[in-house]
Amino acid sequence: MKAILRFLFALSSLVVALPATAALNVFACEPEWTALAQELGGDKVSIYSATTALQDPHRIEARPSLIARIRSADLLICSGSELEIGWIPLLLTQSGNSKIQLGSPGYFEASQHVARLEIPKVIDRALGDMHPGGNPHVHTDPRNIARIAPALMERMSELDPANAESYRSRGRSFLERWQAAIARWEQQATPLKGVPVVVYHKDFSYFINWTGMREVGSLEPKPGIPPTPSHLAELIDQMKRAPAKVIVYSPYSNPQAAEFLSSRANIPAVMVPFTVGGTDKAKDLFGLFDDTIARLLGAVK
Amino acid sequence: MHRKATVTLAVAAAFGLPHAATAQTQDELRTLREQVRQLDRRVTDAEQAAIQASSRPTGENAMNPAVSVILNGIYSNLSQDPNAFRINGFVPTLGEVGPGVRGLSLGESELALAANIDHNFRGTLIASISPEDSIGVEEGYIQTLSLSYGFTVKAGRFFSGVGYQNQIHAHAWDFTDAPLANKVFLGNQLNEDGIQLKWVAPTDTYFDVGVEVGRGRQFPAAAGPAGPRNKNGVSSGTLFAHVGGDLGTGTAWQTGVSYLGTSPQDRSFEDPAGKTNSFTGQSRLWVLDGILKWAPNYNPTYTNLKLQGEYFRRKEDGDLTSGAAAQTGGFASVQSGWYLQSVYQFVPMWRVGYRYDRLNSGTASFSAPLNAADFPILAAYNPTRHTVMADWSPSEFSRVRLQFASDKSRSDVTDKQVFLQYIVSLGAHGAHKF
Repeated sequence: MKAILRFLFALSSLVVALPATAALNVFACEPEWTALAQELGGDKVSIYSATTALQDPHRIEARPSLIARIRSADLLICSGSELEIGWIPLLLTQSGNSKIQLGSPGYFEASQHVARLEIPKVIDRALGDMHPGGNPHVHTDPRNIARIAPALMERMSELDPANAESYRSRGRSFLERWQAAIARWEQQATPLKGVPVVVYHKDFSYFINWTGMREVGSLEPKPGIPPTPSHLAELIDQMKRAPAKVIVYSPYSNPQAAEFLSSRANIPAVMVPFTVGGTDKAKDLFGLFDDTIARLLGAVK
Repeated sequence: MHRKATVTLAVAAAFGLPHAATAQTQDELRTLREQVRQLDRRVTDAEQAAIQASSRPTGENAMNPAVSVILNGIYSNLSQDPNAFRINGFVPTLGEVGPGVRGLSLGESELALAANIDHNFRGTLIASISPEDSIGVEEGYIQTLSLSYGFTVKAGRFFSGVGYQNQIHAHAWDFTDAPLANKVFLGNQLNEDGIQLKWVAPTDTYFDVGVEVGRGRQFPAAAGPAGPRNKNGVSSGTLFAHVGGDLGTGTAWQTGVSYLGTSPQDRSFEDPAGKTNSFTGQSRLWVLDGILKWAPNYNPTYTNLKLQGEYFRRKEDGDLTSGAAAQTGGFASVQSGWYLQSVYQFVPMWRVGYRYDRLNSGTASFSAPLNAADFPILAAYNPTRHTVMADWSPSEFSRVRLQFASDKSRSDVTDKQVFLQYIVSLGAHGAHKF
């Protein structure tokens, strides 16, 4: 009976829940791409963010609400490189939407537009959750954003030619501000060069590569495998011999393991926003890097 | 890293330093630094491009479909003889409804191949290899990719969209076996040869409707030696609709209603005395299903909760031929059943679950010359079952489960069941439906 009532209620709410009609409906897999599409699209786009900074983008349920949104999307923006392999293929086959299928102009994988790090030479599940195409968390290097933005701008212009001029002029303005910001960040991040860091998951590699930090360990024994007591014990031993200066973890990972290692090895653990919305200050892409660098500098001082 | 640094130094030495020595102004220094930085970036990019070009797969193998294999093995301890398993009060479906064999055994292995065929279609084949060394086609279908406006067509053999649990592959079930209701109303799991058309509405709240037409190759359309009906056209039809969405900051829900209508001809079953009875008439099944999943901030990695339930109601009327009495007469029944189950992941890797099953056989009516006493298996009885389980999944690809059940499917005995099972998947990364 309850199910019938709920069914009727939901059915009636359909009438009022028809989606807004903007020129371009964007389905963004992760918050960083929501933010980038917002920078380039402004009021010409309507963006649905499939995930938040509090979700692990590897492990997302293909929820009914996601199918409903992808059904009406004109453009899908994902990190790609198999980051979303557990949920996007399922959403695509259930969407009944030909515009955003693999190979269509509406399918945009950000990682395809940059040089990817950590492309495995040996591919085997015994090594953990692998990404044969390389590390998918490309947005943690702002120079990658600068490479992806023009490609996305062109894609948006192709899909919505009527607003192409708007996308391009917004894009140019964004890139100008972004390049200036990169120069500023590189200046600010100089003290991070060579700083040994322990990460939670290999989701910070591009940032580390950009700033010249040195990754000396990870809390996960293998990518995608949660920290185990024996692995933590090894890390503590390792920290005694060669201490790292900072432990970083993202808002979606459990802080317990990081805090445990932090207290045992007496190394500060820092939660970095990882993506837009990860902290109060990471309101947009600029805030994301401002806050990340500020937090790390505060810890290694 | 060393190489990069060396290159940077070399570039700086060859390009920057001589000039820097004579440069008088800060401006020039800044320009030079910028040039070095850009060169450094170019070198890095070139190195990366070289790595990536060499890592691309080439040759005919590059087009191979995604292959995955599911292996599972089980240890069963059953207090009652599984060969005498029956669900009293209900027509036997001749499906794989029993608790399996006692002791150690290999479960069904699955081999799945899937790929986009071209820009219009996707193809999937899932073969099940039984421990008795026979191969069956569990699913083998094509599915459209290029239809728009929310339409998808599936054709071939696939798990019917009736209810919720029926579409889920056994390896992704939260318990070792299917709910009793799925066993008696769908013969454990209904996979139909047919066509499915589904439409997803253009709304923010998820809404879909679908229709399936099929050959009626299995229970409830057919069972026993007569097999599916020998006719052109369709022998089974399914309608379904679902709505679903999000609630608050961590709950996702979906509820659905479905209908399966068939007209079986000479659908047969054996009663415990060894006589074969057969049914010809109408069978109509209604299912209501609901599923609720909760995870803090929709991040199920650490903790999550799942609540799932279905209610089945079946109406059958027609003619029944009794093997014992060698007579045919009218038969009608209204039967129902439901289950409710919940699974909770309380820490990463570990989950516990409980399921309650109940069936209601109703009272069958027989008209002359038939006599209820000729059909002992259909005598009124309401089976129940309690099931608890705990499982451990060290990665996304492996799971070990321990399950206990107290099964009152049989009117005279309680079967105490213990299952210890492993389920692993190797190969392509699977994606599971909500």
